[in-house]
Amino acid sequence: MAPVSGSGPVALSALFTSYHLDTSFDEMFDAAGRPRPPYQALLSRLLDLPAEDLRRRQREADAAFLQQGITFTVYGDKGGTERVFPYDLLPRILTHDEWQRISRGLSQRLLALNLFLRDVYGDGRILKEGIVPRELVVTAQHYRREMRGLYQRPDVRISVAGTDLVRLPDGSFAVLEDNLRVPSGVSYMLTNRQITKRVFPQLFVDYEIEPIDHYAQALLATLRSLAPAQPQPTIVVLTPGVYNSAYFEHAFLARQMGVELVEGRDLLVHDNIVYMRTTGGLRRVDVIYRRVDDDFLDPLAFRTDSALGVAGLFNAYRAGSVAMANAIGTGVADDKAVYAYVPAIIKFYLGEDPILPNVETYLLGNDTDRAYALEHLGELVVKAVGESGGYGMLIGPHSTAAEREEFRRRILANPRNYIAQPTLALSRAPSFLDEGIEPRHVDLRPYVLCSGDSCTVVPGGLTRVALRRGSLVVNSSQGGGSKDTWVLAE
Amino acid sequence: MLSRVADSFYWMRRYLERAEHSARVINVHLSLSLDDPTDTVGRTLLSAVGERPAGVPIPEIPARAEATGRVDPAHRAVVVGCVAAARENARQIREQISAEMWEQLNRLYLVSRESQPDGPAFMRAVIEGTHLFQGVAEATLSQGEGWHYMQLGRYMERATTTASMLAEYFAERGNPSADAPKTGQYVEWVGLLRACAAFEAYTRAHTADVRPERLVEFLLLNADCPRSVRFAADRIEDSLRAIARVLGREATGRPERFAGRLRAALNFGTIDEIIADDLVRYVESIREQCDQIHAALNQTYISYALEAAIAR
Repeated sequence: MAPVSGSGPVALSALFTSYHLDTSFDEMFDAAGRPRPPYQALLSRLLDLPAEDLRRRQREADAAFLQQGITFTVYGDKGGTERVFPYDLLPRILTHDEWQRISRGLSQRLLALNLFLRDVYGDGRILKEGIVPRELVVTAQHYRREMRGLYQRPDVRISVAGTDLVRLPDGSFAVLEDNLRVPSGVSYMLTNRQITKRVFPQLFVDYEIEPIDHYAQALLATLRSLAPAQPQPTIVVLTPGVYNSAYFEHAFLARQMGVELVEGRDLLVHDNIVYMRTTGGLRRVDVIYRRVDDDFLDPLAFRTDSALGVAGLFNAYRAGSVAMANAIGTGVADDKAVYAYVPAIIKFYLGEDPILPNVETYLLGNDTDRAYALEHLGELVVKAVGESGGYGMLIGPHSTAAEREEFRRRILANPRNYIAQPTLALSRAPSFLDEGIEPRHVDLRPYVLCSGDSCTVVPGGLTRVALRRGSLVVNSSQGGGSKDTWVLAE
Repeated sequence: MLSRVADSFYWMRRYLERAEHSARVINVHLSLSLDDPTDTVGRTLLSAVGERPAGVPIPEIPARAEATGRVDPAHRAVVVGCVAAARENARQIREQISAEMWEQLNRLYLVSRESQPDGPAFMRAVIEGTHLFQGVAEATLSQGEGWHYMQLGRYMERATTTASMLAEYFAERGNPSADAPKTGQYVEWVGLLRACAAFEAYTRAHTADVRPERLVEFLLLNADCPRSVRFAADRIEDSLRAIARVLGREATGRPERFAGRLRAALNFGTIDEIIADDLVRYVESIREQCDQIHAALNQTYISYALEAAIAR
């Protein structure tokens, strides 16, 4: 294979005629256009195949997703439409060493964030010492003052996390945001692998890939560990119901773990004990893996208009008779402004430097940061701190003057609510599009399970890909897709 | 099993059964009104379908007949509504039913929302779709607790609808008499049997010589015809006992008592007594007993009083 120069197309075969390298990190080719070692075997396979063969496999995969009803709901569309999450045929490959660093970095981060949550709702040492401004914490949208002074045993605040990583032009990984409330997407990590095995089994022959199928078992063990007193705790998955965008995932996880999938109306609280209503009578519930936001959990404690929650649940939780994953109030730690302090948080609790760095972040509540950001709106990405899923974002280089003006107005009206970050050149991975293979921007969301003082990261994750050419937004709600993610064995 | 899940199993199957009955009665009505534009039997039977206790409200069948051979849009809406309600219940328990069941029901739903085919072909497609669903369910679903709630939904609807059709028909026509039938009456009786999908089964048992008392006996007391009320009552009691067994309860609660009583009445009653007494009153009491079983089922497994459950 002849190396191909700098920014020209990687003209290896007809499939690659539109494959242009740019300044962002390419997962498959180095800057000189030579395939990186982990991708060599994949590339030789691809060069042997006609495009029609890939198209056939892609169609098979799409049909499998549709038939199995692996769909999500898009809000804002009329009436909430069910859609298949686009799947990209080509896997994203991570080496053993890359993964080691990611895994250690995430464990460190989650350990520190768990300590942070225990602290800010408890003694508040980190606030007293001024490492994180108290005002920033207590004004965070997802701060729950009801949790003050409340300790659980075992006191794990974040059991399940899905942290978004990006790969920078120098090839290193950085944390883009922490999802510590009800992170979703793990079902796609698992089904993507199943589908790839089904439609492209040949690829697996060339590689030794770390398995991920034990995720459900690991999740079950994590949830069990929240009720150490019960030998056989009753665990349920609490879903908002069939109209929720992630309902497929809730049902999927319940089935994989072999536990009940319940809605708020299936549960009730009596004398601070949570029961579910079964045909055989009331059955006590010990652990709730809830996929309902804090606000909607209990109409007596939080939003009174919530029809999804369970009246009295918070009191039962406070009394310690039921455990919840994740705990209430974890959103304060994935607030996009608090995010800027995570390196300091790691240093404070663990005395270590962060293994995975943050992305440079301007807090628009700070006068100097705000002045700079308003000057440079055209180059920055502005995000609302309490939002997720790619909603409420301004991508400077792709924005119109009117959009920038609109954001300027919003920022000035509520500066605390916004942060800005440089527009990142996310790394790009080869994606199969109908015409051929082209690079597309990707991120990586590994799933971290925490119990007590240890964290498990299942070797893999969800690689989301911005399928629209040039797009930097990978969220499923904004036209993104996903691909299978391989971690190579040592 | 979660009570909500049991409820969805029950209503999913019950709405499918209702869709089937509605489609069949509408087709009988269409066929009769081609012979006689004023067809009153079809109308009478239509009013008997689909007005029993409901989890999801659906429109009632308006008694409007047009001798055009076309399906009244309001009639069609009832069938489509039943299929949609069944699918909505299935959606709630997707992880509990088999993938094949979901796919079959979803396909039926998609077909029912298309404008083609129209008329009788559409009704036949729905009937066929419900039969396919039943076959798929038998072939793919474990016959545990959920299965039995489906059986209950299916046979409760069938018993209730058959009893209602008999009640409506004979309330209008009076008790069957021993006089030789007039021609028009024969057509009506065949229509009634067809509406219950029991015409062929009847002729095999009694030849095409349709007599009202035999017809009533066949639809009420026959042990083998899957469309008879007795057949349904037998299955209802069997499934209630099976559920009690799964849950480790003694089968002596209210649902089993009511179902056992109904079963005994239909197993040991005779047609002479029933007709000599008051047929309409008798079939109405069957309908009431079905409602009683439905309520007892609900109170025992689905929406039981919490105070009692907590004390248990």
